[in-house]
Amino acid sequence: MVRFENVGLRYGTGSETLSDLSFTLQPGGFYMLTGASGAGKTSLLKLLYLAMRPSRGLIRLFGEDVVTMKRDRLPGFRRRIGVVFQDFRLVPHLSVFDNIALPLRVAGVAEEDFETAVTEMLAWVGLADRASARPATLSGGEQQRVAIARAVIGRPEMLVADEPTGNVDPEMAARLMHLFKALNKLGTTIVIATHDAHLLSSLPGIQLMRLDRGRIADPVGMLKYPPGKTTSKPAERRP
Amino acid sequence: MARQILRQLVPARAPAHERALLPEGRLSGPMPWVIAIMLFLTLLSAATGLALFRAAGDVGHDLAGRVTIQIADPNPATRAQKVRDIRAALDGQLYVERVTTVDEAELKTMLRDWLGDAGMAADLPIPALIDVDLVADDPGGLDRLRAAVTRIAPDAGVEPHAAWLGAVSRLIRSLAWLAAALIAMMIVATVATVTLATRGALNTHYATIEILHLIGSTDRQIARLFQRRIAMDATFGCTVGFLAAFIVIMTVGWQFRDVAAGLLSGGSASRGFVWDYVALLALPIAGVAIATWTARLTITRALHRIL
Repeated sequence: MVRFENVGLRYGTGSETLSDLSFTLQPGGFYMLTGASGAGKTSLLKLLYLAMRPSRGLIRLFGEDVVTMKRDRLPGFRRRIGVVFQDFRLVPHLSVFDNIALPLRVAGVAEEDFETAVTEMLAWVGLADRASARPATLSGGEQQRVAIARAVIGRPEMLVADEPTGNVDPEMAARLMHLFKALNKLGTTIVIATHDAHLLSSLPGIQLMRLDRGRIADPVGMLKYPPGKTTSKPAERRP
Repeated sequence: MARQILRQLVPARAPAHERALLPEGRLSGPMPWVIAIMLFLTLLSAATGLALFRAAGDVGHDLAGRVTIQIADPNPATRAQKVRDIRAALDGQLYVERVTTVDEAELKTMLRDWLGDAGMAADLPIPALIDVDLVADDPGGLDRLRAAVTRIAPDAGVEPHAAWLGAVSRLIRSLAWLAAALIAMMIVATVATVTLATRGALNTHYATIEILHLIGSTDRQIARLFQRRIAMDATFGCTVGFLAAFIVIMTVGWQFRDVAAGLLSGGSASRGFVWDYVALLALPIAGVAIATWTARLTITRALHRIL
């Protein structure tokens, strides 16, 4: 699904934000990305959802090299990825319904083909009665649920979420995680960046990637949460 | 190829839900009005330039082969004889198209306008004038005419009209080129205006564009949102500018029709007249095309910078 080889990312002429990242994400995997603030989690997610190209290294996504891929092919790849942004990024002048329907419209799905799906999704995230509301009138938690609904409405092959439960109550967080797990069971690869210990504890046996100052601190699949449930031997840590 | 260019210039009508992705109304900011003013000035410059080019061409065409022979002999009898001899010598020559003796009464009328009745003494010597139109495609005609006239009347003057009106013609042409330069500058200014307006719109809607980009919108889908809107703005501006310019051009043309008729001789004024109007009509269409094309280029370049 995803393969990083010696990937580095540098903003402008500064030092590298991400360095020597090498890992593989398997199709249908469920991955949590952790690390302190400023460790590079959001930058890594940006590379995953094709908002940026790396300064060096190789990234293969869905079996193709996306670093050297022609620009006009990227939209097709982006449509296969659902993204939940940390700051939601809802379109302010569109209704909740239209925000959720946006990826389907961009993909050219006919209106009559997605109306039911969007309505069901609205009900699932508990916003059925706010379909025509503008994002500015929603609470932070409601906006986050709209952002999640928008990310998953197109049944993406990979879902990338940046702190997806940061603004919702524990009950809604549990429901959202249930949604992610359900999607994962349907074959969607999930990558969630979080430093929410509560969230991690709700997903025992989950595969972790820990970033430390732009480097992978633990190889994928070797570290499980909670640590006591690790089934395989930890691999040698990268420097 | 042509279809591709047309597709780029005339953006397809985006579905209603796509058009709603940008919140503003159709006419955004001052751009339509700036385009209207630009097109108004461009049309005035173009109309002036075309009129001057036409005038310079007509003046040049009418005067290129015209020569006046002036016989200033004070003796009326010998003067009349010289006129007859010169006419006889020129008649039937291949390089001569037409020979006309200017009527003496007509000359006196002209002089009276300058000198007044008191200046028109009975014995005032009035030169005889012969207008000769040379064949256009014979560059040696003037020299042969001079030789023929000199043989008969060595004191006669041969005045090619082009010699003294050539400077006027050159001045008119220079003014016409100046008008063309003004048009070029207007086009550059229009491109700059549209570029700035498009960049402004892109900055205003950057967050929306970025999210569209990240969920898989193509450059074409995003460009279409802006391109169509700017095409509509440009169409509005060009229509207003065209109507204003049309009224001014028609009014000025009507007021100065007598002067124009006096400046231009024969039926030459109507030469290319229709094509001039076609060119003026094409300018607003070109204006919309330039604005749309500029918007598309600006958006595409900006999107490339995002990724």
